[in-house]
Amino acid sequence: MAIVTVGKKACAVNPLKMSQPIGGAFAFLGLRGSMPLLHGSQGCTSFGLTLFVRHFKEAVPLQTTAMSEVATVLGGYENVEQAILNIHKRTKPEIIGICSTGVTETKGDDVEGYIRLIRQKHPELASLPMVYVATPDFKDAFQDGWEKTVARMVEVLVEAPTTAARRDPSRVNVLPGCHLTPGDIDEIRTIMEDFALEPSFLPDLAGSLDGHIPDEFVPTTIGGISVDEVAAMGQAAWTIAIGAQMRPAAEAMEKKTGAPFRVFERLCGLGPNDEFIVFLSEISGRPVPSKYRRQRGQLADAMLDAHFHIGGRKLAIGAEPDLLFDLSSMLHEMGAKVTVAVTTTQSPVLERVKIEEVLIGDLEDLENLAKDRGCDLLITHSHGRQAAERLKIPFHRAGFPMFDRVGAGHQLSVGYRGTRDLIFNIANLVIADHEDHRQPTPDTWRIADTGADGEAPVASLH
Amino acid sequence: MSSLSATIQDVFNEPGCGKNGNKSEAERKKGCTKQLQPGGAAGGCAFDGAKIALQPLTDVAHLVHGPIACEGNSWDNRGARSSGSNLWRTGFTTDINETDVVFGGEKRLYKAVKEIIEKYDPPAVFVYQTCVPAMIGDDINAVCKAASQKFGKPVIPVNSPGFVGPKNLGNKLAGEALLEHVIGTQEPDFTTPYDLNIIGEYNLSGELWQVKPLLDELGIRILSCISGDGKYREVAYSHRARAAMMVCSKAMINVARKMEERYGIPFFEGSFYGIEDSSDSLREIARMLIERGAPDELMARTEAVIAREEAKAWAAIEPYKPRFKGKKVLLITGGVKSWSVVAALQEAGLELVGTSVKKSTREDKERIKELMGQDAHMIDDMTPREMYKMMKDAKADIMLSGGKSQFVALKAGMPWLDINQERSHAYMGYVGMVKLVEEIDKALYNPVWEQLRQPAPWETGAKSWQAKAMAQMDAEAAALAADPVAAENARRARKICHCKTVDLGTIEDAIAAHGLTTTEGVKQHTNASGGCGACSVRIEDILAAATAAAEPVAPVLQAAE
Repeated sequence: MAIVTVGKKACAVNPLKMSQPIGGAFAFLGLRGSMPLLHGSQGCTSFGLTLFVRHFKEAVPLQTTAMSEVATVLGGYENVEQAILNIHKRTKPEIIGICSTGVTETKGDDVEGYIRLIRQKHPELASLPMVYVATPDFKDAFQDGWEKTVARMVEVLVEAPTTAARRDPSRVNVLPGCHLTPGDIDEIRTIMEDFALEPSFLPDLAGSLDGHIPDEFVPTTIGGISVDEVAAMGQAAWTIAIGAQMRPAAEAMEKKTGAPFRVFERLCGLGPNDEFIVFLSEISGRPVPSKYRRQRGQLADAMLDAHFHIGGRKLAIGAEPDLLFDLSSMLHEMGAKVTVAVTTTQSPVLERVKIEEVLIGDLEDLENLAKDRGCDLLITHSHGRQAAERLKIPFHRAGFPMFDRVGAGHQLSVGYRGTRDLIFNIANLVIADHEDHRQPTPDTWRIADTGADGEAPVASLH
Repeated sequence: MSSLSATIQDVFNEPGCGKNGNKSEAERKKGCTKQLQPGGAAGGCAFDGAKIALQPLTDVAHLVHGPIACEGNSWDNRGARSSGSNLWRTGFTTDINETDVVFGGEKRLYKAVKEIIEKYDPPAVFVYQTCVPAMIGDDINAVCKAASQKFGKPVIPVNSPGFVGPKNLGNKLAGEALLEHVIGTQEPDFTTPYDLNIIGEYNLSGELWQVKPLLDELGIRILSCISGDGKYREVAYSHRARAAMMVCSKAMINVARKMEERYGIPFFEGSFYGIEDSSDSLREIARMLIERGAPDELMARTEAVIAREEAKAWAAIEPYKPRFKGKKVLLITGGVKSWSVVAALQEAGLELVGTSVKKSTREDKERIKELMGQDAHMIDDMTPREMYKMMKDAKADIMLSGGKSQFVALKAGMPWLDINQERSHAYMGYVGMVKLVEEIDKALYNPVWEQLRQPAPWETGAKSWQAKAMAQMDAEAAALAADPVAAENARRARKICHCKTVDLGTIEDAIAAHGLTTTEGVKQHTNASGGCGACSVRIEDILAAATAAAEPVAPVLQAAE
């Protein structure tokens, strides 16, 4: 069992973590016709906006209450009101999702109260759903913002079934964690549809941020799950939560609608997908389609082919808890040694990472520990590229943000097929690194001497 | 008055700012803080601006005091280049938590500075103030002073919490921090009559290095570039330069002007975008240095370099001219670039169908008219849909803009090129211009467009989304044409002043009702231009149109009587 320690530095160096409100805004981007609104000063929004655009290479709707110094001190009622009215008038959204930020939380703005007042004053907003989530920047991290926001969406938007009408056995709610890409969501949807199930994803980034070319110019999100569909989620027979972060939302769903839920903490790897497929087979009452029997065989074979390269690798990984747990577990099962694990926030899954200690820290910690412990495989988001350069070890980009590569939205790690491709990618990275940088030289097998040349022993390490 | 608000007032009173010079005393007091519109704003904040302006100082540790949002969401996102240290690429933040918010973050900040100095030993630490610690009253000036004394190293406070204003204000606050704490604190080992400062240039994509070889050849030394590829020491002794070139006046005019005032360093505003602009700037640099004591022969050598480089650049562009014949460009940028790039593109034989003037001054607009003729399309503010329509109507072949509007072109299957700060190519100087032309050619003639413009085989042409979008807009236009009342309403509903949300109709009514002839009058009656003042140029146009309409109408009315 891993012990979770919290770094003691006063100064975070090369942050791994991103803030909670943009995690919340990210969740709102998975609703159709949605406009996420951050209640804070302009930068809070513009930094998040830039981050999303660089990652997805898509136009991203995101708005700000544009708090000035004076408004911050006096309280932001007027800014929230104006922002909502402006958005309503200009972009005609189907829903506005509001997240607080550090400044407005420090002041203590009662946004729920503001919304009640605004609704009283402006009856024209009666049919406009608004969901507010408290997400101070000075607490928690990106994943927590997503977690709280999805739970809040369930509480506010899902309608409790009015009659004891029979649940529709083919309908299943899926609550995906923020570590899943639009590509992952599409894959899960395909798998479920192959069992003749009808999944509703909350939120559904696959509809909104999958890089399609829209039919028209829309200033809000295009695609994603609609407010009506969310409201109807109460009639589904089951709720599937993916990632431990989605447990609160699944519990909220059960509390509100009585739909039973099952949490799949991971969907990367052979074992977790076996469980998932068996579960789908059970709830749908259908045998496993031959497509997945074949895919399972391919994954098994991929594991055979790749274990030579991944086995024994000393992995240094920096990621948000669910992604960290997911990827490190799969690589552990492939024979890699999880040697350094750094994350951003607390989570129950961290104790089960296959390592002695998980550190809540930054990329400087990751880099230094990886160096000290001689790691030879690095996994983190794009900000880790500088560390990888200095460490001179193969680097696999995973998570958000991934701004220095294209196709981030389609990177796949779930399902038999997704796991297979991911294993190939990582193994190929290792092979390429070996071919490019670790060719034997006449000095390779000499005993590393601690002389002036610090470079020579590098090759002998591998 | 706290020192921060005093600094902001001082920045607003900047006499070197042409725009400011045209304002009344009262207007100037209000400054250029744009009244940001909740739910309708998208730009960065003052902290963003300050960080952008100073981060290209490469050997300095940039420490952001605040919650994780300010640095965690934004670090490592600028493409400046360094010839030496890479410390500027390291993200430092105090990442304050709830406890700090309750009990104050000063101790954490002090410890953070200590950790940085122990681990990285930079020549200086820059500490950026953000909203939350500003609100809870963390005194970063005091912490920086204490840390400076304790560790014997400059620790520079940059007071720029996001909520004091927009990005542009942050640029200037960063400049103030340099003026107050850095410039003039050290001495160079030696000086020459050829020492030049470049101010407001950030060496994005390493652009400065496209020009530096020419300066090197002429023996002109960049004593300090503020702040592209800058080193702390260079900025500290920049007050010994003989002359300065200011590249981005919007960002750092206060630095250029105050250095002239304090140290007698004359400056001019120039640009290295476009062939002629580059030549003009080189000439001006030589002229100023000679005026300040450099030998006269510098000018002859400069002219020789200009002649050689221009000839080379023209020769390199020549082969593209036939390929660009009849090709049209829509340019969506702003400020100086709205005309300096125009000139360059025309040099290459491209036809400009429109240029945006969102952030341009009156002088910028005059230059555009000079270059593109009186009926130049000058675009103020448009929605993506309008931008697309404009592209279609004008039959533009390529759009050049910043990253934010790229999807308008790309998703419509139109070539697009990034000419703003996030671009990955350097377009400065003579070589840069050739590169720009090369890139335009690459984008225009990429075979990908032919494929992408084909509708899916199951879709008829009319159903392609471009067709649908155009049909939708045409339908709207037709509806307006058929209904003059609605058309008039739509025309009158156009927002003129975005800060105070005043539309064209209100202003026209006020002009008609009160016989207004000045922007000041319009402002009194409608509140338009009471915010950032950016719309005053637009209001002048409306006033001009109103007088023009009134004059020929008058005799008709008389005749009717």
